[in-house]
Amino acid sequence: MFHGYLGAILGGLGITLATAALSLAVACGFGLLGAVAKLSRSRTARGLAETYTTLIRGIPELVLMLAIFYGGQILVNRLAEAKGWDYIDVPPFTAGVLTIGFIFGAYLTETFRGAILAVPRGQMEAATAFGLTRSQALRRILLPQMVRHAIPGFANNWLVMVKATALVSIIGLDDMLHRANMAASATREPFTFYMLIALVYLAITTVSIGLLMLLERRFSLGVKGIRF
Amino acid sequence: MIDWDVITQSLPEFWGGLQVCLLLLAISVGTGFVLSVPLAMARVSARRWLAWPVWTYTYVFRGTPLLVQLFIVYYGFAQFEVVRESLLWPLLREAWFCAWLAFALNTTAYTTEIFAGALRATPAGEVEAARAYGLAGWRLYSRILLPGALRRALPQYSNEVVGMMHATAIASTVTLVDITRVARDVYANHLLPVEAFGSAAVIYFVLTFAMVGVFKLLERRYLRHLRHQRTR
Repeated sequence: MFHGYLGAILGGLGITLATAALSLAVACGFGLLGAVAKLSRSRTARGLAETYTTLIRGIPELVLMLAIFYGGQILVNRLAEAKGWDYIDVPPFTAGVLTIGFIFGAYLTETFRGAILAVPRGQMEAATAFGLTRSQALRRILLPQMVRHAIPGFANNWLVMVKATALVSIIGLDDMLHRANMAASATREPFTFYMLIALVYLAITTVSIGLLMLLERRFSLGVKGIRF
Repeated sequence: MIDWDVITQSLPEFWGGLQVCLLLLAISVGTGFVLSVPLAMARVSARRWLAWPVWTYTYVFRGTPLLVQLFIVYYGFAQFEVVRESLLWPLLREAWFCAWLAFALNTTAYTTEIFAGALRATPAGEVEAARAYGLAGWRLYSRILLPGALRRALPQYSNEVVGMMHATAIASTVTLVDITRVARDVYANHLLPVEAFGSAAVIYFVLTFAMVGVFKLLERRYLRHLRHQRTR
């Protein structure tokens, strides 16, 4: 039915998932940085974070991806030229991961900012009273408690991000959709292959929703629920 | 640093791209709105046979990438002889029709869930009062439930519409010459990424904030009754 392309497409699934997972890690980094910057006392930091989130939310992902992929390539090589290095080829995988991470970092900034604000003030005050240093308090008190509040927004972003990884096929990354494109044109059966990967994406979504529900339950242990 | 000549020369193309973007957005979101209202009513219905198919539809369309949906419609359907010989073929051959179909089905799925959520958030007292006045069925919906729910849905709905405007960039992959396609062509001709994608980014950015502004005005008008509750 799949003319022997099933293996290749499932191999592409690995690349899709790797892109999504690494992008998520990058996005969490940018998101935490952005959230801390937005809540900081420094006006410069707040201004930078505000510019970052506003810009990213005003421009389509595809355009940002193309801009960063092609623009980044030229920027890196101008730098290399100035330093007298050889031509550097930015691999699409790196460009894709960095771009998606950078974009969704802006959305996660808002999620994390809200989550940090949702942790009661007294928690940090108590941590200080117990003599914890600022970084200890952040790591042991604030972060574990903010996770619970961040999960719904985080889950949403993950689901949107997995689907956004389909766009990396446009900048030449050999992901699931890219392989489906090739299989479709080789066999002249586009419906079969696009439908196959649509089902795979649906499966990823379904599994993700299940896992995130478990995660939410784990991090909400000890929180009194309301029974309707 | 920036080659302004390239930008001014390609302005007419960008203007055309802007029109394509806005037209595609208007027909997709328009269709989406018209379909979402009855679908949301079905989605919240207590009758399982009404609610369940709508749930499946929104789950499938929200669980797969729009790009893949567009490829299924544009490239996929042509695989079947039946489709190629059907009356719909002259339409399904057109990139415009396919983009409209895929985008409308996609935004309908998201909008249905937004409206359904807003319907569920209706205060129970409103419905009780309406029932006490003898309203039921369609009149209950058209006079009480829908006016309230559509207002409550406005903030989320504006996100969906702006998101859809950004999503029209994806139509550039099926030969529609929208803003993104123009940018990619300019880039291919001049190899100047900042000029090409920067111009497109500026257009989308201005468009985004113009739309956000319009929705803010709509919210001020239609959510006036909630203004005093705002904390910020």
